Amino acid sequence: MEPLHLHYDVDGDDFISAGEASSEMKKVLRRLGFDPDIIRRCAICMYEGEINMVIHACGGVADVDINEHDIVMKLSDNGPGIEDVEKAMQEGYSTASHNVRELGFGAGMGLPNMKRYSDEMTIDTAVNVGTTVTMKIKV
Amino acid sequence: MLIKDIKEILDAKVYCGEDFLEAEVHSACGADLMSDVLAFVKEQSVLLTGLVNPQVVRTAYMMDMRCIVFVRGKIPDAQTIALAEKKDIVVMSTEHRMYVACGKLYTSGLVGIE
Ligand SMILES: Nc1ncnc2c1ncn2[C@@H]1O[C@H](COP(=O)(O)OP(=O)(O)OP(=O)(O)O)[C@@H](O)[C@H]1O
Ligand SMILES: [Mg+2]
Repeated sequence: MEPLHLHYDVDGDDFISAGEASSEMKKVLRRLGFDPDIIRRCAICMYEGEINMVIHACGGVADVDINEHDIVMKLSDNGPGIEDVEKAMQEGYSTASHNVRELGFGAGMGLPNMKRYSDEMTIDTAVNVGTTVTMKIKV
Repeated sequence: MLIKDIKEILDAKVYCGEDFLEAEVHSACGADLMSDVLAFVKEQSVLLTGLVNPQVVRTAYMMDMRCIVFVRGKIPDAQTIALAEKKDIVVMSTEHRMYVACGKLYTSGLVGIE
């Protein structure tokens, strides 16, 4: 297959439409005929990352590179950054506000989920500069 | 179990997805935290929740779930229904509380996955 690149802007003030980019990506992966299990893992990773950008970082951008060997999702924001990545990676650790919890997020499960479902994950982050999470899923 | 059996067992009102009531489902999960739902990527096709907002539909969609049941008589808003309709997901609402709704389905043969 021809390598394919997808780009999405993720709006930071709109919780309602958060997840739009992940939905669009899922649709594309389905159309390309990837295995449903691979598609689901990609969708979950991207969705958790997208929600994180909305609730923790005022939005950002998502870039997806698709080829026959792997799918690479890169989510970048100019938000507050993550002070202690090791802590953030622990299940149950969350700085989400009460409001966010009422919306069903803030269990502190997002980053651990992303790590578990991807084959490789890296977090580049600097306080007051931003965060880039890159996840690779092998096909 | 068919989705229409869930409607029957829980005495639920269907808000969208009537076309899929004959679809078969094999397992369910109940949760109010979406990342909890996303943490267990198994063949679960029904989500019971007390949380109502469009992200519940997004979560179900990411997980390939077919049906969402809102418990405690929660009524889905127009945005939530519209999104579910677009994603071909059945949405219904039951007066039963979470524990009772899950128990009724479980004892009727709709199991969970661990
Ligand atoms: N893009 C980001 N920018 C800044 N901080 C982040 C970002 N992503 C995650 N974090 C920090 O890492 C913590 C853990 O993230 P994680 O996704 O695991 O949990 P959560 O988003 O708080 O809850 P959940 O994902 O279960 O809804 C967050 O509470 C937040 O402090
Ligand atoms: Mg998160």
